[in-house]
Amino acid sequence: MKSRTLYIALIVAVAAATFAVAMLLVNVSERRQEARQTYFPLAKMTEDTVDPAEWGKNFPRQYDGYLRTVDTQRTRYGGSEAFSRLDEDPRLRRIFAGYAFALDYREERGHAYSLRDQDETARTTQRPQPGSCLQCHASVLPAYRQLGGGDIMKGFELLCPKPFSEARKLVSHAIACLDCHDPATMKIRVTRPGFLNGIKALKRKEGIENYDPNTMATRQEMRSFVCGQCHVEYYFSGDRKLVTYPWSNGLKVEEIEAYYDQIGFSDWTHAETGAGVLKAQHPEFEMWNQGIHARSGVACADCHMPYARQGAMKISDHHVRSPLLNVERACLVCHPFSADEMRSRAETIQERNARLLSRAEDALLALYDEVTAAKASGVGPEQLAPALALQRKAQFRADFVNAENSMGFHAPQEAARILGEAIDYARQGELVAARARKR
Amino acid sequence: MTHKAAWGLSALVGVFLGLSAYTFQFAKGFAYFSNDPTACANCHIMNDQLDSWLKSSHHGQAVCNDCHTPQALIPKLITKAENGWNHSVKFTLQNFAEPIRIRAVNAERLQANCIRCHQELVSEIHGGDQGSQLVCTKCHLGVGHGPRR
Repeated sequence: MKSRTLYIALIVAVAAATFAVAMLLVNVSERRQEARQTYFPLAKMTEDTVDPAEWGKNFPRQYDGYLRTVDTQRTRYGGSEAFSRLDEDPRLRRIFAGYAFALDYREERGHAYSLRDQDETARTTQRPQPGSCLQCHASVLPAYRQLGGGDIMKGFELLCPKPFSEARKLVSHAIACLDCHDPATMKIRVTRPGFLNGIKALKRKEGIENYDPNTMATRQEMRSFVCGQCHVEYYFSGDRKLVTYPWSNGLKVEEIEAYYDQIGFSDWTHAETGAGVLKAQHPEFEMWNQGIHARSGVACADCHMPYARQGAMKISDHHVRSPLLNVERACLVCHPFSADEMRSRAETIQERNARLLSRAEDALLALYDEVTAAKASGVGPEQLAPALALQRKAQFRADFVNAENSMGFHAPQEAARILGEAIDYARQGELVAARARKR
Repeated sequence: MTHKAAWGLSALVGVFLGLSAYTFQFAKGFAYFSNDPTACANCHIMNDQLDSWLKSSHHGQAVCNDCHTPQALIPKLITKAENGWNHSVKFTLQNFAEPIRIRAVNAERLQANCIRCHQELVSEIHGGDQGSQLVCTKCHLGVGHGPRR
């Protein structure tokens, strides 16, 4: 009887060990399959496949990451939660006085929300906007092609001038796969007419004619260009409201300012002072270009879409987000330090920038007060013109850093230089107005 | 145990041994007794390290084991067994932090190998006892391999 029990126990033990070894064998085999990076083309992609769910049938891992851009998570200064920038910093209500940004100015959410947020902002619901906005808020290529009879550039020129509500009917989805990937080859590509025109103008200044990023850029350049399609400074040019990137003089703040000065462009007239002023949009691409990471050949995607391993397969993380929410993969691949150390370095840079930015905003408000007082004392517009010109310079610089979504991190020294100039111009303007004031 | 039962059990053990042997062979188990650098990338995690080693300054002089394992046979086998066990458990269970980093004990083995080859050059500067020595790879970070973007 005793030997019978032993016998059964041995059988169970050997069976369990065999079971485990078989599991290991299958596991090794599975990992080896994954490493081949095969994908199964279950669905066929065309230039009209806007819905990411279709792409997700072939690329479930990337699609899973894309879906995660619905996450709303805050970092110290940004993140992807739509908190009100106006409530956070009430000085902005005076800085944007008379402009739609004084109505509603919130932190951007993830790619998944790009169209819904455009629909819902008070800047669209309470102020008339053109179809231009859709260049970056929607997966708009099929609409461009349809309108332009196959020609994207022509469709772009026809869609921009339409009222937003009318243009909105032609698109159905937020930023999607199609906007950065060729549906036939999956290669990354740039498609936005505003970017194609802008980078052509920039390269012409550098001595390269007819630059086409899709055929002339390296893959590493493309890993930033796809983001630079939209994360840039822009304006709507002329009556046709064409989305235009002001890059023909270069990407630095004073080069962009010179462009606007040359064509005599202002975004709006400041309600407190009457100055013709500029709104910076979100010049991440321009600011990053001035920083050490760009100089070192690090692309947007290296930090915002770092490689992630899933089993033995490596993919780029399509959950595009702040690297501060993903420090291990975003920073530690190159920097041989701990995650806490790298986070602390980034936050030190941001805190210094935030302090300097706060000083710049205080200087702007002081300038408004002094101009208002000078006007009230009876000073005429001619005498105040130099102060208003200085306001335009100061205001664009402060906003260039404020609107840029990195709190100075993309180029810390450049951001500090810009804010230093902003403070200086604002205080100069304040002095001019104070001297002109009749006492 | 009856004679018959012993036969049955032997057959079972045979199946187990056969399956284990095949698994070992399928997983390229014998490669780990070699000095071949491609063995270190069998499970793909170290593809970047292998690829960048091919382009590194040490490529012509040193393979993985020249730097990462002691040179005497027994310590070498112990190092291989210890790291082999850790790597297989972590990779099979997919339980490890990325990017992968060298552990302190392996960093000491690495440093000893730097000194082994370069001691004539650095004897005046490396600072004596291991532990208080300057760490070579603190500055010479990319001489063996990346990954580097």
